[in-house]
Amino acid sequence: MAQPDKSSQPIKSDILRQGANAAWPICLGYFPIGLALGVLAQQAGLPWWAMAMMSIIVFAGSAQFICVAMLAAGASISAIIFTTLVVNLRHTLMSSALAVYLTGVNRKFLALFAYGITDESFAVNMARFREGNWDRWQALVVNHLANSVWAIATVTGTLVGQFIPPGAFGIDYALTGMFICLLVFQLQGRIYILTAILAAAISVGWYLLIPGDSYIVGASASAATLGYFLQRRYRRGK
Amino acid sequence: MIFSDYLFLFAGMGLVTYLPRTLPLLYLAHKKLPQWLIDWLGLIPVAVLSALLAPSLFADATERSLSLGKPEFIVAIPTLIFALKTRSLGGTVLVGMLLYWLAGLFI
Repeated sequence: MAQPDKSSQPIKSDILRQGANAAWPICLGYFPIGLALGVLAQQAGLPWWAMAMMSIIVFAGSAQFICVAMLAAGASISAIIFTTLVVNLRHTLMSSALAVYLTGVNRKFLALFAYGITDESFAVNMARFREGNWDRWQALVVNHLANSVWAIATVTGTLVGQFIPPGAFGIDYALTGMFICLLVFQLQGRIYILTAILAAAISVGWYLLIPGDSYIVGASASAATLGYFLQRRYRRGK
Repeated sequence: MIFSDYLFLFAGMGLVTYLPRTLPLLYLAHKKLPQWLIDWLGLIPVAVLSALLAPSLFADATERSLSLGKPEFIVAIPTLIFALKTRSLGGTVLVGMLLYWLAGLFI
């Protein structure tokens, strides 16, 4: 579990290597998606340096896609910023869940770490933290490697992306494949499987009935709550 | 748009992205969390991943309608079995991409 001890810190190169080992599948998934975003951005008239700025300052895949689409449609700056906030509210849940493994860690580290919390790095780090044998430095490497690859991929996309045919090599499926495996890592017992099924059903229903992106936060919070009460009843029943 | 427009836009976007990522962590990491909250938060990862994934497998994004039997869903079945058997993240991403690519060629 989370051990903020300083006595048994592994060697720096080991931390980097273990972090990179955990991060490369994320990078593999980010690269084609970053390229695709770069292509769209270039078509929407964004210069490469604006893409670089956005990937470094914002670092939020889905929000960046939405931003490019809104810029292309001539949306106002305030509308884009507001939409970004709504889309990224789900990270409050992830940030809270990570806090369980980072108790008592100094605030400077947390501020640096929080910058790199994405759906993917969150899921990889949570799976590793839960297995134990994972510390905050390795988790930080995962976050920042993924961020670097993302920034490089999006800028590359604005420069060379128009030469890559759309849909080549199944790149559209990279994120879906990643989510499927990250979900498998989380299925650690009956209550987790049940919560996953509840979340899937609620999110599809919510997605169909309510416009916008509230289905992500709405379905995850309600499925976790239902799962929590089921777990409590089950424990009491024993 | 000129440089300062982009800077203003991205600074705003960056702020509303960063705050939801950092505030809960800064606040909760220095608190003694009650057991119920720890239990609830333990179910968040599986719930978030499932909520992110399910609409892309079972719903049409342009019309926002239910769509069963999408290629995304059909490919997800062998991809899921591969993930369960191997527990390899990189391998699953590659297998998923390959199968989806093949599905696009043959379906």
